[in-house]
Amino acid sequence: MGVAIEHETWVGRSPARVEDDALLRGEGRFMDDLEPVPHAWHAAIVRSQLAHAHVSVDATAARELEGVAGVVTGEDVARLSRPFPAAIDSPTPHYATAVGTARYVGEPLAVVVARDRYLAEDAAELVAVDYEPLDPVVDPAAAEPIHERRFHYGDVDDAMARAALVVRTTFRVPRWTGLPVECYGVVCDWDEAAGRLTAWANFQGPFTLHGVAAAALGLRGDRLRVLTPPDSGGSFGVKAAVLGYVVLLGLASRALGVPVRWTEDRLEHLAGSSASTGRITEVEAGFAVDGELLALRYDALEDVGAYVRAPEPATLYRMHGSLAGAYRVRNVAARNRLVLTNTIPSGLNRGFGGPQLYYGLERTMAIAARRLGLDPAEVARRNLVRADEMPYRTPSGALYDSGDYEACLDRALDASGYRELRATADRARADGRLVGVGLACVVEPSISNMGYITLAQTAVERAGTLPKSGNAEGASVAVDPLGGITVRLGTTPQGQGHRTVAAQVVADELGCTPEDVSVLAELDTATTPWTVASGNYSSRFSGVGVGAVRAAARKVREKADAIREHLGEPEASLRRVAGTAHWSPESLPDGMEPGLTAIAFHSTPNLDPPDAEDRVASSGAHGVIVDVCAVEIDRGTGAVTVTDYVSVHDAGTLLHPALAEGQVLGGFAHGVGAALFERHGYDEDGNPTTASLVDYVTPTAPDIPRLTVEHLESPSPFTALGAKGLGEGTTMSAPVAIANAVADALGRDDVELPLTAPRVWELANSARDTVSRTQDPPPARGEGDEE
Amino acid sequence: MTAIELTVNGRVVRETVEPRLLLTDFLRHRLGLTGTHVGCEHGVCGACTVMLDGASVRGCCVLAVQADGCSVETVESLAGNGPLTALQESFRRHHALQCGFCTPGILMAATDLLARTTPTRAEIVDLLSGHLCRCTGYTPIVDAIEACVESARARSGGT
Repeated sequence: MGVAIEHETWVGRSPARVEDDALLRGEGRFMDDLEPVPHAWHAAIVRSQLAHAHVSVDATAARELEGVAGVVTGEDVARLSRPFPAAIDSPTPHYATAVGTARYVGEPLAVVVARDRYLAEDAAELVAVDYEPLDPVVDPAAAEPIHERRFHYGDVDDAMARAALVVRTTFRVPRWTGLPVECYGVVCDWDEAAGRLTAWANFQGPFTLHGVAAAALGLRGDRLRVLTPPDSGGSFGVKAAVLGYVVLLGLASRALGVPVRWTEDRLEHLAGSSASTGRITEVEAGFAVDGELLALRYDALEDVGAYVRAPEPATLYRMHGSLAGAYRVRNVAARNRLVLTNTIPSGLNRGFGGPQLYYGLERTMAIAARRLGLDPAEVARRNLVRADEMPYRTPSGALYDSGDYEACLDRALDASGYRELRATADRARADGRLVGVGLACVVEPSISNMGYITLAQTAVERAGTLPKSGNAEGASVAVDPLGGITVRLGTTPQGQGHRTVAAQVVADELGCTPEDVSVLAELDTATTPWTVASGNYSSRFSGVGVGAVRAAARKVREKADAIREHLGEPEASLRRVAGTAHWSPESLPDGMEPGLTAIAFHSTPNLDPPDAEDRVASSGAHGVIVDVCAVEIDRGTGAVTVTDYVSVHDAGTLLHPALAEGQVLGGFAHGVGAALFERHGYDEDGNPTTASLVDYVTPTAPDIPRLTVEHLESPSPFTALGAKGLGEGTTMSAPVAIANAVADALGRDDVELPLTAPRVWELANSARDTVSRTQDPPPARGEGDEE
Repeated sequence: MTAIELTVNGRVVRETVEPRLLLTDFLRHRLGLTGTHVGCEHGVCGACTVMLDGASVRGCCVLAVQADGCSVETVESLAGNGPLTALQESFRRHHALQCGFCTPGILMAATDLLARTTPTRAEIVDLLSGHLCRCTGYTPIVDAIEACVESARARSGGT
């Protein structure tokens, strides 16, 4: 751990979570546990069985089954709603169901509503779908791009010409999912008289999507009331896309005149919910002979699946300010292209663009180090942004807030016994074993700038629209007449412990204990203070979520202090003050409002809209991570065993160290899954080959290596309490750290994610690629390998 | 429809059900015992694990009619209205849950394991190969169960 600090505050300690007691007793309140509307009917969804086809749906037999309220088809959806808006134009309008043409296996075609779920599924079987097959596109490399933008910072051509070594490599990052254990759940209740839809859903934000759903439904914001349940069974980004089903079930409720509920099953989830993007990136990097990175050029082809679904193409742009990663290189260029394939649409997923970017960048750094005959750690050191440069403006516009990246590197090398790991690996390889060491240095951005997505437009196009910037959050702190304190959040947690931390923050402001504070995490768009940016994504809670809570609590404290002063009772209890504010407005200072409730909104500074040169501060805070790992490969089976893994984080101030640790461990598990097991597979006809949890392999306990986590704490000058997000970083770093170790063990660079045993066996038992471990002087200019 | 009689968390229950009704749906939607969670309905994730006649089973792979005449225990039975069990306390102390959705199934499987044996760490890890947790990375769960084994051993004076 970092330097020992004596904490006189609740923040910085690790009290027991307030969430746990109910969850341990089975008394959590998850979406499918709720019956917010009496007598809701149950929906089952008919989904496309072909990846690309004209479809016509005949629901006559289903409608005639006893106990069926009705069936809503694509024709109804086209009549009653509009396509979902997205940040870029797309050739394929996206509705809540397929309208005429289905574009992926699992796309909704119709909704059947019946008295219970079993009956609804019976009726769904009676829906006849006539398919007229069309050619599917599954390979993104074979698809026609629908979006292209080019970016250039510094002088890449000049720097590349000066390079002693140019490495050019193509990397493919597959698609995977955060895979929450709880699937989507929705209850929709259309009020015809009021023209209002009330929807309960285990939504996680961003609440930009509330506007997207309202637009699809043709409703004003106040006519789409969305409520989230008290508990949500994980999300990792994935449950952002549940709002598409709020539209679908909302239309069903409206069309059929009954409240409707639907809980997604796992097969539906794997086929049709949401997955990360896939990315093919050619990375060209120029290096000086001493390892200095002189220039970087990316050519990225992003596969978003069947539709550009909001907030896409955000995965391509979320990391834009951090294109250079943790490095000082000033010459950076990128071409971003987007393609559609007949596969599951993409969306938020833990790491969101980070794994895709860093896989190419950090593999390139490892390949270059080997070619230069240098240790990867020393190449990293040569290039890391320096502590005395903070805050550091990257060429593409991010403002890195704080941190000593080299100190993190040193800590990781020390903690892992790096030199000894390398020596051990060398000896093991000399004995014929396949042992390797990998490194990854990544910057973990958090608190996304709402304006970064407008980089998908040119500066000229942007000039014609209203600006988007910042990342605002709301919270309220209310003190009742008995002095009880109730906090409401806009950050829709799914297990991160926001209620626990909010209580710590309020306790520090109001001079009470966390037990004195009740925190409600369920969000209601009609009553919770929220903004378009609200929700639980881009690891934003510890920055802006906490900022809003503290600001609201501070308003309450300041008002309470003013009342105390006016009463001449500086030591008056909060209960006494609240009693006065509620019971006796005449006793308050002149002009003071009665009551003791504060609403506050908070945003992180420096998050301007993109500038005319396409620079953007895409995130509000930036942590840093240095990972070192060692692997051994079983030549007989291809199985990769991670034998050592050290992850050193600097995420600023840790608000609750035990919860921070939990976020790192969880992010690591997702990274290990992506490294070794996980991908959404499709055959050439677009049929999912990972359609159940038997085939979509995600780690269980025996698959997770022992992880050593260390923290440094360089407070962010830009967040309320100095904290930065840390929930996603190890998901960004672990896939490439492990890949670097596997490439090192194999002595070849043509590795590809996921590093499954069959795939690694092939590499371990086939002709070596062009890599030679002891390469003499680096080639003057070299073409790279194809990965 | 089939009449069934079973004991659920010590209480005798008589209901009439469709033969195809899953035990999980029976527990959750007929009896209101929503602590048993459903994550995959094909026997992989383990979230629905309950005790059936004293052995942990996947509730999603059992029909309610198959539980006729049986005794079923769910997560709600562990602490009842009283204090948390030692295992539940250990989960809390070790931050072995985040979203808590997989937790009831893991608690039931671990309760079963601890009732039968004094597991080694490797055996605990092996047990958890039958459960998906996407939040914790598993290590804190293993720690929590292992700590329970350790404290039980200390209480019994063993080594």
